[in-house]
Amino acid sequence: MQISTKDIIKPENLVYTKTKLLTDTPLSYCPGCGHGTANRIVMEVLDEMGVQDKTIGIAPVGCSVLAYNFMNVDMIQAAHGRAPAVATAVKRVFPDKFVFTYQGDGDLAAIGTAETIHACNRGENITIIFVNNGIYGMTGGQMAPTTLPNMKSSTSPYGRDVEIMGHPLRITELVAQLPGTYFVSRQAVHTPAAVRKAKKAVRKAFENQKLNKGLSFVEIVSNCNSGWKMTPNDSNKWMEENMFPAYPLGDIKVPKDENI
Amino acid sequence: MAKIKGAIVVDVEKCKGCEVCVISCPTHVISMTKDVNGKGYHYAYMENSDACTGCTNCAIVCPDGVISVYKIKVDA
Repeated sequence: MQISTKDIIKPENLVYTKTKLLTDTPLSYCPGCGHGTANRIVMEVLDEMGVQDKTIGIAPVGCSVLAYNFMNVDMIQAAHGRAPAVATAVKRVFPDKFVFTYQGDGDLAAIGTAETIHACNRGENITIIFVNNGIYGMTGGQMAPTTLPNMKSSTSPYGRDVEIMGHPLRITELVAQLPGTYFVSRQAVHTPAAVRKAKKAVRKAFENQKLNKGLSFVEIVSNCNSGWKMTPNDSNKWMEENMFPAYPLGDIKVPKDENI
Repeated sequence: MAKIKGAIVVDVEKCKGCEVCVISCPTHVISMTKDVNGKGYHYAYMENSDACTGCTNCAIVCPDGVISVYKIKVDA
């Protein structure tokens, strides 16, 4: 029996579609950017937990500055790098809300280093989603603290020289040393398998917040095909070959009493 | 033996033609059209629709969330 595509496409056969917690606004990210996937998995997790009306998100400055247009939850737009400080205040005023920040590497690891480290050290009961693409994507691909050695950017056209410009900052390993963080993980969103793993880590991060366990920090290593001057698939391949040795994926700090 | 058949629907106007879904498809169903949408991007479509198993890999990896996946079980 031949089944046509029209017979399959019926509402009762639907197995996957975009979550309702993302608005219908077209995402402002470049084609193939991992930010879109990262936005979606955060919203899918909140949808599955059924906490849309109890969630307050903090948008950063950077490519994801317009996250409040895409995420259909209450959002606040913080000053550059100050999202963990704003999240601290929101969580202390509304301890029963789910509070998360969604930040890039220029926001979290450069201008907001102080806020990030002190929020992590205080062990605020919030979730931080950190999207690391090794570059300042929004402003035109300038060198960021997370840029790899010898990696070309618009302000390091001959590659990052570690003698002059320093070494890449692995802030996820840094915050994992602090006693305040409860769960620290690094994931990616370039393949279906990686997206599924990243979603599990994000879910874990929000479940920890429900149980008042402390700060959960999930880094998502992403591509920036416009900043790296590559096609999306080439940039994902480049990321696997160059970013993952410097930023290895996996759980960095898992609570002693459990393993995921 | 029952066989699983799937199909995808692409939101044509929101697709940005990044081709991440094309290499994520294990059965090589998806290609990019020669036509362009309102923004000038080539968009994804099911070229080899018979091979689709409704595994949702393309939809999970799509950065813009433009793919919806449908699946049925067919008694062959």
